[in-house]
Amino acid sequence: MSVSEIFESMEYGPALESAGQAHAWITANAPFGHFINGKMTAHSDGFASNNPATGEELAQLSQASADDVNTAVKSARTAFNSWSKTTGHERAKVLYALARLMQKHSRLFAVLETMDNGKPIRESRDIDIPLVARHFYYHAGMAQLMAAELPDRAPLGVCGQIIPWNFPMLMLAWKIAPALAMGNTVVLKPAEFTSLTALLFAQICNEAGVPKGVVNIVTGDGAVGEIITAHKDIDKIAFTGSTDVGRAIRKATAGSGKSLTLELGGKSPYIVFDDADIDSAIEGLVDAIWFNQGQVCCAGSRLLVQENIAETFYEKLRTRMDGLRIGDPLDKCIDVGAMVDPVQVARVHAMVQAADGNVYHAGTDCPSEGCFYPPTLITDVETSSPLMQEEIFGPVLVATTFRTPDEAVALANNTRFGLAATVWSENINLALDIAPKLVAGVVWVNATNLFDAAAGFGGTRESGFGREGGWAGLAAYTKPSKIEKTIAAAQPMPAPKDVQPSGLDRTAKFYFGGKQARPDSGYSTPIWSAKGKLIGHVGQGSRKDIRNAVEAATAAKAWAKTSGHLRAQILYYIGENLNARGAEFVDRLMAMTGMNAGHAKAEVAASVESLFTFAAWADKFEGRAAGVPLRGIALAMNEPTGIIGTLCGDQSSLLGVIRPMAANLAMGNRSVMIASGAYPLAATDLYQVLETSDVPAGAVNILCGDHAEMAPHLAAHMGVDAVWNMGDPSLAAAIEVASASNIKRTWNAQSPSDKDMLAQACEVKTVWVPYGE
Amino acid sequence: MLTQDITLTETHLPTTTEPRNPGMPLDLDWVARVQANTSAIERRCATLPGRRSVKKEHQAAWLLKAITLIDLTTLSGDDTARRVQRLCAKGRNPVRADILAALGMDQIHTGAICVYHEMVETAVAALAGSGIPVAAVSTGFPAGLSPFHLRVAEIKESVAAGAAEIDIVISRRHVLSGNWQALYDEMSEFRAACGEAHVKAILATGELGTLRNVARASLVCMMAGADFIKTSTGKESVNATLPVSLTMIRAIRDYYSETGFRVGYKPAGGISKAKDAITYLALIKDELGDRWLQPDMFRFGASSLLNDIERQLEHYVSGAYSATYRHAMG
Repeated sequence: MSVSEIFESMEYGPALESAGQAHAWITANAPFGHFINGKMTAHSDGFASNNPATGEELAQLSQASADDVNTAVKSARTAFNSWSKTTGHERAKVLYALARLMQKHSRLFAVLETMDNGKPIRESRDIDIPLVARHFYYHAGMAQLMAAELPDRAPLGVCGQIIPWNFPMLMLAWKIAPALAMGNTVVLKPAEFTSLTALLFAQICNEAGVPKGVVNIVTGDGAVGEIITAHKDIDKIAFTGSTDVGRAIRKATAGSGKSLTLELGGKSPYIVFDDADIDSAIEGLVDAIWFNQGQVCCAGSRLLVQENIAETFYEKLRTRMDGLRIGDPLDKCIDVGAMVDPVQVARVHAMVQAADGNVYHAGTDCPSEGCFYPPTLITDVETSSPLMQEEIFGPVLVATTFRTPDEAVALANNTRFGLAATVWSENINLALDIAPKLVAGVVWVNATNLFDAAAGFGGTRESGFGREGGWAGLAAYTKPSKIEKTIAAAQPMPAPKDVQPSGLDRTAKFYFGGKQARPDSGYSTPIWSAKGKLIGHVGQGSRKDIRNAVEAATAAKAWAKTSGHLRAQILYYIGENLNARGAEFVDRLMAMTGMNAGHAKAEVAASVESLFTFAAWADKFEGRAAGVPLRGIALAMNEPTGIIGTLCGDQSSLLGVIRPMAANLAMGNRSVMIASGAYPLAATDLYQVLETSDVPAGAVNILCGDHAEMAPHLAAHMGVDAVWNMGDPSLAAAIEVASASNIKRTWNAQSPSDKDMLAQACEVKTVWVPYGE
Repeated sequence: MLTQDITLTETHLPTTTEPRNPGMPLDLDWVARVQANTSAIERRCATLPGRRSVKKEHQAAWLLKAITLIDLTTLSGDDTARRVQRLCAKGRNPVRADILAALGMDQIHTGAICVYHEMVETAVAALAGSGIPVAAVSTGFPAGLSPFHLRVAEIKESVAAGAAEIDIVISRRHVLSGNWQALYDEMSEFRAACGEAHVKAILATGELGTLRNVARASLVCMMAGADFIKTSTGKESVNATLPVSLTMIRAIRDYYSETGFRVGYKPAGGISKAKDAITYLALIKDELGDRWLQPDMFRFGASSLLNDIERQLEHYVSGAYSATYRHAMG
């Protein structure tokens, strides 16, 4: 076209970023092997990595074998011995060098990322790569501060990290930066579609002075991921990807003792109230669902619009969609690039074909070659539709309406997932009321898809567990430095040959919803004293009792909204009442366990003290205002985890109930506690203390029974948000397998610190509130 | 409506006919509904230059278009007839002939020449036969605090002197005190005083405090019959910005979708780089559409922008970076 013709048409033309240097880098280095112990291995068992926008082959990569993974893990293990002992400052210097090198090679990384993944160069250049550098800077600081600020934490060891193809470098940074900062070493597997930037990163690791073996990168498909997941000498698995694979990893690692964090799928709500800045909310959707072609786990993919503005909103949105430019991702003048692989395009296409709403494709030119799919809006989608429930992972937005704020929250939370949520309203009261009510790890107010190293990111429900970024993210790469001695389950006192009657019968029932309830089974177990005296019966709990306990806990949801001050008062009151009946509990402990008076008194005293400790924390275990580079605030709020099931330990049959119960109550959780199997009567004696201490019905529920039989049912219950196994360590495998049902958090700890308990009793929710007038 | 426009169009508005915005009754409910979330608007503006890039022949064409959208302006206390004549000559020949020839373009001219009332006659004479309209800043520009009847009279005098476009300033105090009726009434009277001359409403956005006020003032001025809404006098400490522009053009879009009348937009002050001009044009293209990329719907109020564009054009033609002194000063 001539200048004078363009002068009339005022069209955009091509504005291509040069791929020359990226191609030159590939040519100089391909075909690729793995990065193990500071060196690239020879290429073998090759597969092609393609450019999804053009279909051209970019390079041949290697599929890692079990031997390759073994070698990588060995080198990581050897490196761990020295790297974990380096000073924080030494590690900070290395991470700082990585950050600087990312910046120095930023354009090469961005272009390579776009060629490999198909995302627009604007995104890789302006979002992904700057966030990568930021992540390394931020964690250089965390390495520097670790000794002073986290004196009780130690690195985990060798971390196996498996990352997805949608943000190849950013996910690498999210995994490697905190791991290295805390003194771990890693074996990372990038997605098979998008390994090139990880291999470029391998090169800069050597330039940055990362010691040999601290970072190892092996490439290949899911089979390599399985080898890593199953590897015996790996201490931790960190996975970002689909919920299905996350669930499989949960099962595969069950009982292995590996730490696990999962960042999985989402179906994040995008709520627009009628008092929102409509045009800005629509522009926000461009960043929510047409960012990275919608291949974003936290994409605002479920639009919920207030009914009275819905039609206007949809109309404006369609107009905006028509203005989106789709095309060559290396073009600096496009909004939507290519999806990662033909498989993904086909999958999205099939889902949309089956749609039951009104489908609108953006009226914009879409290339016919390459992995392109037009931005799509589907309105009037019902909650029952698969499109409303399943992750589409493409540029497809589904929409429905709501009438009131309560209905907006109900619809938003009507999902298996809980990753992110967006709220648009100009009314601060409304927005800040809604944010805490949304079940999500991240909430954006009047913005969407904001990320920063200082702000925790991660989900709840089937979106996974663990946080990446911020102080909360460090928990994923550290463990208590004090090594816990594991104690096996105790055996109940044996029945004597001669049964002596116990005097006036006291029946220990279960405690559900503030009332004592008989076991569903109708069976009871006698409890013998150390001297062979019958001191009571406890019911034999079954899965139905677990169901009933969880029902009662579910009904007590108001507890989660109480103030820390109120929760503290109740905990103090429990302490007061327990103290008043201290002598009775001392007698009970002595009779039940055979311990001497001194020990029994000490345990009762410790129980009262623990109640005071958690009462003290109830209004002090505070969140943070994260230091994000934004005019606004990012609040890291400690929210209750929800309903926590605890299998109480045998070692301290009273304290072992009191501590988890108090920690749960302090942070607003509801407890379902299964008393010590061997010594349950201290727990059942507590009912009367709880009944006289203003504990709301359902906030604490206690039952008895065989842990081995009950643990899988508790862990499988989809209404339970976390399971703490503080009893028999051998039950971990069964609990972890069963927990995969709803990807609930599980925790095995027999004598954790108060702080660790508080951390487990909370989910960190990051609420982003940009402001400015 | 159309007939009166056509006569104007032939002499003053070089491109397409568009029915003039007749205004509408003041709709306070609509005004009250308007929201503008500053941080979201800023984010949109911050990412725009990264989303839209125009290169090579497209860039040259866009820059030429930008020239035709410039209200080449002098608003100085030391303006003289000769100074204004020189500016008008530049408006007629904004780009060196050899550069235009190399670009394969016919003669182009700037959108208008913008002066104070005292210079209107001089400018009209200097532009005779060029088709370039003269715009006069008016109504006690820049503060707009002279007696109201004098402000109205000033408009009439400028129109009588031959100004085809009148850039009025609104009373900022009406916005700041939320007196939308007073703003509407004032704007309506200014519009009436303009007669067939087109009226641009200068909001002085740098003095309105919030983007919400900017959006609401934009809407009220359009309801009162403004042909254009304009950001600034160029004399405020903050003049045209992308966030203010986005806010105002979204108001224009809403007004168009509600009434069917297109209102023009003029950012003024602070736009001095060719790159900025491209970003503005991309913003207009994306948010309002191509129809707003013509001189009857969009103007840059600028004085030094032209020279930077000329240098970029010479660079495109020659492949070498250009220097200021190689282009005739205006």
